[in-house]
Amino acid sequence: MTTTPQAVRRASARKRRPATPAAPDPSAHLLPRTEPVRLLNPDGTPLPPRDDYPEPPVEALREMYRRMVVGRRFDAQATALTKQGRLAVYPSSRGQEACQVGAVLALRDDDWVFPTYRESVALTARGIDPVEVLTLLRGDWHCGYDPAARRTAPQCTPLATQCVHAAGLAYGESYQGRDTVALAFIGDGATSEGDFHEGVNFAAVFKAPVVYLVQNNKYAISVPLSRQTAAPALAYKGVGYGVPSEQVDGNDPVAVLAVLTRAVAHARAGHGPFLVEAHTYRMEPHTNADDATRYRDADEVEAWGERDPVVRLETYLRARDVLDDAAVAAIGEEAEAYAAALRERMNTQPTVDPLSLFDHVYAEPTPQLAEQRELVRAELAAEQEGSA
Amino acid sequence: MATMTMAKALNAALADAMLADDRVLVFGEDVGQLGGVFRITDGLQARFGDKRCFDTPLAEAGIVGFAVGLAMSGLRPVVEMQFDAFAYPAFEQIASHVAKLRNRTRGALSVPIVIRVPYAGGIGGVEHHCDSSEAYYAHTPGLKVVTPATVEDAYSLLREAIDDPDPVVFMEPKKLYFASAEAELPARKEPFGRAVVRRAGTDATLVAYGPAVPVALAAAEAAGEEGWDLEVVDLRTVVPFDDATVAASVRRTGRCVVIQEAQGFAGVGAEIAARVQERCFHALHAPVLRVSGLDIPYPAPMLEHTHLPSVDRVLDTVARLQWDDQPDARWVAA
Repeated sequence: MTTTPQAVRRASARKRRPATPAAPDPSAHLLPRTEPVRLLNPDGTPLPPRDDYPEPPVEALREMYRRMVVGRRFDAQATALTKQGRLAVYPSSRGQEACQVGAVLALRDDDWVFPTYRESVALTARGIDPVEVLTLLRGDWHCGYDPAARRTAPQCTPLATQCVHAAGLAYGESYQGRDTVALAFIGDGATSEGDFHEGVNFAAVFKAPVVYLVQNNKYAISVPLSRQTAAPALAYKGVGYGVPSEQVDGNDPVAVLAVLTRAVAHARAGHGPFLVEAHTYRMEPHTNADDATRYRDADEVEAWGERDPVVRLETYLRARDVLDDAAVAAIGEEAEAYAAALRERMNTQPTVDPLSLFDHVYAEPTPQLAEQRELVRAELAAEQEGSA
Repeated sequence: MATMTMAKALNAALADAMLADDRVLVFGEDVGQLGGVFRITDGLQARFGDKRCFDTPLAEAGIVGFAVGLAMSGLRPVVEMQFDAFAYPAFEQIASHVAKLRNRTRGALSVPIVIRVPYAGGIGGVEHHCDSSEAYYAHTPGLKVVTPATVEDAYSLLREAIDDPDPVVFMEPKKLYFASAEAELPARKEPFGRAVVRRAGTDATLVAYGPAVPVALAAAEAAGEEGWDLEVVDLRTVVPFDDATVAASVRRTGRCVVIQEAQGFAGVGAEIAARVQERCFHALHAPVLRVSGLDIPYPAPMLEHTHLPSVDRVLDTVARLQWDDQPDARWVAA
């Protein structure tokens, strides 16, 4: 039997076709499109549908709306708790809810998330207890939730270091025959860090199923994007590593979920990492300790306010008749109840045990730690005796 | 019993660990087909396949960060940093994540990674190839820091390191790689955190680790001719530190010299000297003295012999242990 070159090509094309239809051809456009993918206009009216990024099911969008509303209320509550002195600091992600929630909805529960400190809304959207999410900022321990159980790495403060962890974890999972995807969050400023590049490169070389989601909120504390890169867009950072990339309007929830769904499918189908740059904006200062008026003007903030992702999605879903006044009110009430419960729980003083300082430094304390523990125990006993 | 080098013993330890536990992955720069620039991973890829032993991009932070992720997925990564000074790009990953993940997560995550670091000098290496970087790691809570001085310990400690539930920085003295000794493997005699008395003596204790141990032993031999009977303690693990063995020895001898190849200021030797005087003050007949590298960047090859602790420098220091009960003249106010 003779095989024509065309037949070989056809056969290999069939073989290479990814299991999930949404996964793009891995060789397709390493160069991102020059314009961010957008499915909704800023006013919430739909743009013409596109073949490459089909609109997610409307039920998913409705759920996205619900989690975004609850997430925004959580965020406001956390900011208020900071002002009341309950949290040391809070980095708000108001304005970035489409990215935070979209990432979570694009993943399965057994996928892994590698968040930064700004991803509190993503973590609550993942169903992690908000008190556990805020433990880091309340200050009774570092990571309040169980990362192994929640498949969510501790919120990462050292910039971009989580990008390499995501590559390693995703490779380790596929090495062990599991189809887990890892999604690493990163901000625009952190794309200047070496670990971002090493992470994307490792993921690419080892074909690790990782989605890198760059939330480009335009500022690294005060430093504007123009000081981070001379690239046309951060999505271009994938090209040099052989990683397909895409830009998306990060305040368009429909587009964010569509693009991330495809990116996750690409990774899960075994094509390696995918880089998404979401153009968004942090409506609040870097943290409550920051004064954003020193580096950006009110007009700019106001203009972004008009592209609010929550309002945009609500407008669209109302037009699609999947959301009405009653549903919006019910979700609003749910958000209020969520915030009230959080407020109440956060207004109690957590008890901390000084002797727990010595737990979990090593699997078993070293003799030196055992000695120091004994010293502290004696100090505490003396204090107690003194105050008795 | 067979004669073998430390390099061979390390290679055997890696192979045996990979055989014993298929979660063990060995990776780094040039560790695959080449077998590592020092051949420590020689033959592992051929034997276990390129999924178990593999080369990575040339990026040390990436290697260690990748290992963190692999460990989170349940694997046991053993990574090689090609040289001491080339491990510095990985320091953030080591200090902020490898060392802290267990603690940050109250034990929910652990990262049992072994980071192998060929270290220290005495090999005529050019700059950035001879640093003694152990103090950086020893100063970082959450890491164990291990350094073998003998062929059998190289095997034994590396096997312990790979089995250990905590991350281990495993520091391999380059100048001892190709020193041979009679060894019987698998030699797994002592756990982590146990120092050993390599040579018993009555007059003074020399405390050393890694590349300084052979210097201490040679000095002890030579000291016999001067009438001193010296004891040599080999730490084996800097962290966990074996206060008990060190203090017991010094209490017996009443005198102590700490020897390290690293520059002295704020080094491991300083910590040991402090711990010894805290624990042995009333048994001491003289201040605890140190012999270390000079407080200079590691020198060019033609000058390294001046920098490195030598037998003569150790003996000169032993001579200053107030044998005549007189204070050290250098430190008496004029």
